[in-house]
Amino acid sequence: MGPSGTGKTTLLKLIGGQLKPDAGIIRVDGQDVHRLGHNELYEFRQRMMGMLFQSGALLTDLNVYDNVAFPLREHTRLTESVIRHLVLLKLQAVGLRGARNLMPAELSGGMARRVALARAIALDPEMILYDEPFTGQDPISMGVLVKLIHDMNHALGLTSVVVSHDVRETASISDYVYVISAGKVVEHGSPKDLYHSDSEWVKQFMDGLPDGPVPFHYPCADLLDDLMQTEQAK
Amino acid sequence: MNTRTIEIAVGFFVAAAVVALFMLALKTSNLASYGQAEGYEIKAHFDNIGGLKVRSPVSAGGVHIGKVVSINYDTKDYEAVVTMSIQPDYQFPKDTAASILTSGLLGEQYIGLDPGGDEENLQPGDLIEITQPALVLEQVIGQFLYSKAQEE
Amino acid sequence: MMLDKLQLLGQKTLDIFARTGRGGAFLLHILYVLPATILRPALVIRQLYYVGVQTLVIIVVAGLFVGMVMALQSYIVLVDFGAEESISLMVALSIMRELGPVFTGLLFAGRAGSALTAEIGLMKSTEQLSGMEMMAVDPMKYVIAPRFLAGVISVPLLTAIFMAVAILGGYFVAVELLQLYDGFFWSQLQNKVDFYEDLLNGMIKSVVFGFVIVWIAVFEGHDCLPTSEGLGQATTRTVVHGSLAVLGLDFILTAIMFGV
Repeated sequence: MGPSGTGKTTLLKLIGGQLKPDAGIIRVDGQDVHRLGHNELYEFRQRMMGMLFQSGALLTDLNVYDNVAFPLREHTRLTESVIRHLVLLKLQAVGLRGARNLMPAELSGGMARRVALARAIALDPEMILYDEPFTGQDPISMGVLVKLIHDMNHALGLTSVVVSHDVRETASISDYVYVISAGKVVEHGSPKDLYHSDSEWVKQFMDGLPDGPVPFHYPCADLLDDLMQTEQAK
Repeated sequence: MNTRTIEIAVGFFVAAAVVALFMLALKTSNLASYGQAEGYEIKAHFDNIGGLKVRSPVSAGGVHIGKVVSINYDTKDYEAVVTMSIQPDYQFPKDTAASILTSGLLGEQYIGLDPGGDEENLQPGDLIEITQPALVLEQVIGQFLYSKAQEE
Repeated sequence: MMLDKLQLLGQKTLDIFARTGRGGAFLLHILYVLPATILRPALVIRQLYYVGVQTLVIIVVAGLFVGMVMALQSYIVLVDFGAEESISLMVALSIMRELGPVFTGLLFAGRAGSALTAEIGLMKSTEQLSGMEMMAVDPMKYVIAPRFLAGVISVPLLTAIFMAVAILGGYFVAVELLQLYDGFFWSQLQNKVDFYEDLLNGMIKSVVFGFVIVWIAVFEGHDCLPTSEGLGQATTRTVVHGSLAVLGLDFILTAIMFGV
């Protein structure tokens, strides 16, 4: 977790191997992601990782069914009837089996993310990376997504990395939380520990207070000075 | 969009392009004449060929019957040697005359064949004896002025 | 002040070099994955539809009018010399050597090139390309190369159609409106238009134009900033650079093909 613009998404992209770190090593399942060649990396992603993007990143020219079937068709030689079974099961799991003929443009943001989730688990990965799964959702969709991520995690025995700044939702389903700010880990621990952190900053972040170590005002001169200056200039 | 519709549309597109290319190649360019049955070749010597070029038409009585294949200069007789290819359907007597003519006042130059009355026909490789060189406008005007000057 | 200007100049120059370099590397990458794409014709056929078939109407309409206008204008000039039977030659030679490839290139850059850039740019900004990467599907193979190939195939085909339609348009004006003898129309062409020199050279031009326009279009789409502003700029750049490239290359190719 962390405020906007602190490098959370960058971190996810580093884990997924889409960006290369300037220094340091990232190991996933003991494998240094950035040591892999192009083809090995793709093979590794196919086997290990699913990723849920902020916008869902559904392919806009395919309908819901084809979107979920896409990774299966690309990576397996299953027959269409087997694919149909798998796709319908995955869609059932996210509750959108009835929406299989809709196009991505016809879905609400929350539904698009659920379809994307069904797609991410289509190849049964070992871990799923979630990029801001709750941002901009109404409370109901948010509740649905929280429940889905939680259930999915337990039912499939997945490792999930959730990047978010929605404190309550994320804290409610996570086992361990890292809070980052300006590219640095400022605090880590179980959600409970974080709520009782000594750090003023973490307190402000967890409780969503308007003023604190992160000031309400953008750094500036004193208001009175500023006003006087304009008058003097006149 | 249904895959079948797309494939049909693309098929139509490619077919249209092929038809267009065929039309361009056969109907509006000389490709057809490249493949035409090879005619028999005859030669003719001219004093002056004017603006005649390789592939200029050869006609008889205004009908297009062949084309010029090559133009050389014979340094023994100091004359231009024009080789033309005549389509095999057309046969001409041995005493046929060849002249270089101009279509219209400023048009392209071509070879006109004027058949004679000989019993025997021209054979491949034969030489046309009677020829008339191209009319070169500058020379004609020059001659005209010269004769005018002499009259006075 | 002076130094700022110098810095700006240097920055722009470096920027141009960087773009050219990225564009070149991008092209090499496309060519590298192209064999894999050829093995998936379904993807290419779908793109042929979006890139080629959807540009067909504008090409046909433009070709028809260009041919008709050319015929009318040539008539006005040629009739003074009593050479109006050469209309067909005038129309066909200008269309095959210059107007066909150039017009098709410009129209293609405007219609299909901009659409390609916008589509790829939008896929990038909506994270569809990243999404594919994370699904272990190479967007280069799945998205870029099929579009590139479809574009490179489409342009010569569209050019051939443009040429044929333009000549038919010229035929319509010359024979139906101006009452010329239609035998002259075709015989002039068959006698004077050379298959290799005129038609084939025109088609070679169109192949070059297609390659360059599509390259610019997919590169701009892939290289654009993933914002609505960046997308707009990239689309504009495709049309502007694509059109200028067509015109510039046309000059060079004409100089090479028809001698100086």
